[in-house]
Amino acid sequence: MSEGTLYDEVWEKHKVTELPNGQDQLFIGLHLVHEVTSPQAFGMLRERDLDVAYPDRTFATTDHIAPTEAEKRERPLADDQAEEMLSALERNTSESGITFFGFESGKQGITHVVAPELGLSQPGMTVACGDSHTATHGAFGSIGVGIGTSQIRDVLATGCIAADKQKVRRIEVEGELGEGVYAKDVIMKVIQDLGVDGGVGHVYEYGGPAIEALDMEGRLAVCNMSIEGGARAGYVNPDETTYEYLRGREYVPEGEAFEERKAYWESIRSDDDAEYDDVVTVDADGIDPMVTWGINPGQVIEITDRVPHPDDFEARTDREAAEQALDHMAIDPGQSMVGYDVDVAFLGTCTNGRLSDFAEAAKVLEGHTVDEGVRALAVPGSETVRQQCEERGIDETFINAGFQWRRAGCSMCLAMNDDALEGDEVCASSSNRNFIGRQGSKDGRTVLMSPAMVAAAAVEGEVVDARDYLDDEPAGGAGGVEEVAD
Amino acid sequence: MAPDTDTGADQHITEVGGTGVPIPGDDVDTDQILPAKFMKEVTFDNMADYLFYDARRDDDGEFNDHPLNRFEGASIAVVNSNFGCGSSREHAPQAMMRWGIDGVIGESYAEIFRDNCKSLGIPAVTTDHETVVELQEWIEANPDGDVEIDVEAKTVTYGDTTIDVDIDGAMREALVDGIWDTTALMYSNRSKVDATVDGLPYVEGDD
Repeated sequence: MSEGTLYDEVWEKHKVTELPNGQDQLFIGLHLVHEVTSPQAFGMLRERDLDVAYPDRTFATTDHIAPTEAEKRERPLADDQAEEMLSALERNTSESGITFFGFESGKQGITHVVAPELGLSQPGMTVACGDSHTATHGAFGSIGVGIGTSQIRDVLATGCIAADKQKVRRIEVEGELGEGVYAKDVIMKVIQDLGVDGGVGHVYEYGGPAIEALDMEGRLAVCNMSIEGGARAGYVNPDETTYEYLRGREYVPEGEAFEERKAYWESIRSDDDAEYDDVVTVDADGIDPMVTWGINPGQVIEITDRVPHPDDFEARTDREAAEQALDHMAIDPGQSMVGYDVDVAFLGTCTNGRLSDFAEAAKVLEGHTVDEGVRALAVPGSETVRQQCEERGIDETFINAGFQWRRAGCSMCLAMNDDALEGDEVCASSSNRNFIGRQGSKDGRTVLMSPAMVAAAAVEGEVVDARDYLDDEPAGGAGGVEEVAD
Repeated sequence: MAPDTDTGADQHITEVGGTGVPIPGDDVDTDQILPAKFMKEVTFDNMADYLFYDARRDDDGEFNDHPLNRFEGASIAVVNSNFGCGSSREHAPQAMMRWGIDGVIGESYAEIFRDNCKSLGIPAVTTDHETVVELQEWIEANPDGDVEIDVEAKTVTYGDTTIDVDIDGAMREALVDGIWDTTALMYSNRSKVDATVDGLPYVEGDD
């Protein structure tokens, strides 16, 4: 059993009582709501004549079905089903007194982009959302968990979930990242090492020099993909990087109150002598950019490596999975991913839809144009991110290169709006899942990579090493996002 | 008026059974179980129609030989490891339940999927790889044979065979004792919640 970790501290502070079946009743300090997984939960509440218990701790936005073309955001939405979902969310939040960041607010976007940038996500909180990428918020040193709709009902009605305490695995990420290698590459490396189900039953505590050197947007990307490694939650202990990011944000207290809050944030950090259920070291020193070659995020290699042969895998099931992946991706063992033809470039999502992601991709795009065979979409993670990019002229770089510059939403990550792959198109994607059918076409193929790699693939029309495009950049770019994080 | 927290979800689930359906493969994700394009409905009512929608159809949209097409009417799904990984969508187990699945036997489950099964009163039990494969093969050979999950005794019986299985302790207690409706359970602890909230510096002026 772990002891003295942030997870233990935060759990104890939020534990209400033990339930008769042995689970803990855990108070949820921040409940994030979106249009797809909540209407059924609000329906269940109405059936039971229950009110929302903590509307002040609940915030909503619309992301999954949000059209990303400006003209398609006029109401009513052309897609009747999307309109019904959005209307239901507006009605449910307004009747319950829940703050809703809609299209008109200027703050709409992906829940996991919006809550951090507004300062809603803070250290020492429990965060829940009907979305598996809720682990993102762990970047601040909170416990973020994805929940199903019945559990959303639980949180709406009681402010709590029934939960089992997990084991805590410390993941010590050693080394220093080179130019053109990012947080996205780090988390894909972790998943390569530990597998897509390696985290089942565990919470991941990310630490070590490679993590501590990341800015908040990098830490958000790392924690975001915890679920792709099977861990329901992942977190980074808060430090000065965290506090400075939070200072001045809309929902963060100011002055004296900030210092008081900071004392709480400091108090929940893992103790120096904390005990973990296990500790794993991942060597990220000098890793090359990572790309997936298969149909789950664990089927991933460094760009300089070759696609493995099914026989390279020990377990029969891994061999079968590799064969299925090779077949779906129409790729051969021993092949390099460099040169793999790309039809679509998609930049955005709750993993990589933040200002620094677009800024890094823009460095690659500067002075280049998108290959004529490529459909390229840039979809800011939030309207705030879009505005930040536009203030800095980053949108111009994308537009001049031949990208479509869109409005905020989940978009082609899961294709619940009009943005979808067609047929067996290949997508160079900054998203988090390369599952069959994920991007809207059952024959579609997804290659996961960092935003800079997506930009380079868009220019070449095939997978390439983006560092070739960054060589002529002045040094010191990799961590240089502080100046733009406002 | 007193809220109606008792909705019949207090049923004691000690045994489930019926014919089986093997759904082979590791890391079967919820995007396969219930493709996102079918989540644009504000209720779960039609979800059974969309279960494994893409995997069950060939390129012409006709049903292929996917197990769900061959084992219609089955009540027990037999799956491999890390079943239900990926998206948290409850739409996936909702679709399985509405299609007719009352219980799942597998090597392992993604956690959110398992939680969602508990919320719906679907026992999800585990056993080792060889036993799962044996059972999947038995079902292929005995499509009309019954597979029974005894949640209380932690066993699975098929044909003349009875095997011991594992089930998460909290899930078993909740199902057997009929306390898997966590809303009702937690709603009764409101005063304790208030006390917890009082100790949290970031919650101000709660109601």
